[in-house]
Amino acid sequence: MVLAAEQVQEAAKQGFKKKLVIVVSKGTIDMLYPAFVLATTAPAMGMEVDLYFTFWGLKVLTKKGVKSVKIGSVGNPGLPLPNLMGILPGMTAMATNMMKKRIEKYWPSVPNMIKMVKESGGRIHACSPTMGFMGVEEKDLIPEVDGIVGASTFLRWASDPETVTLFI
Amino acid sequence: MATSLSKPDRTLDQRGLLCPLPVINVNKAIQEISSGQVLEVLATDPGSKPDFDAWSKSRGHRIISVVEEQGPPKVYRFLIQRSK
Repeated sequence: MVLAAEQVQEAAKQGFKKKLVIVVSKGTIDMLYPAFVLATTAPAMGMEVDLYFTFWGLKVLTKKGVKSVKIGSVGNPGLPLPNLMGILPGMTAMATNMMKKRIEKYWPSVPNMIKMVKESGGRIHACSPTMGFMGVEEKDLIPEVDGIVGASTFLRWASDPETVTLFI
Repeated sequence: MATSLSKPDRTLDQRGLLCPLPVINVNKAIQEISSGQVLEVLATDPGSKPDFDAWSKSRGHRIISVVEEQGPPKVYRFLIQRSK
């Protein structure tokens, strides 16, 4: 179901912003889901969506990385375990399993969230410099990626007065 | 004409689902009924009321009524009329 142009126009007519751009800079569960929740809801609200994956976020767009999303246990005060315990071996894996089990009871997995964004007409972009210094090549990217873009493209989108821009 | 006594043309059970799934699913379902028809939605997400309100304002659909049925869990029963 791709968003019809008239639906987007309808939202704009009311004086509300009609596009959502999110910089996805982190690759852990607790940082990805807020971005994906907004990105999957925006088309239902009549908004267009562009996601810009950079730094650790970019790893999620690789065929290998999309399957191994974790939650960080170090320096993550929101986790229900004493903060210092986060540095113990195995804590990241434990926290990941615990959170994944809870979250996936209610929400689609990260790969499915990516599919949902695409099905509703959202676009997914990989940050070109991040690809360079992380050694990620085009062939390593998942097929859902629409394009590889840099800072100028992002700033052009973000400068649109009809766009909401978030950095997560 | 739809009134608060409108009989729904379709019912969508979203009980147990959390944001953003109910809004995404309702947005899909309303496109599958004709304009003027009424969709009944059952939801337990505690943010359902403000979220459906925000969604309906963005999309121009009309929430005819919301009934809260005491639980637990509390169930929100919406009647939503598709605009165009």
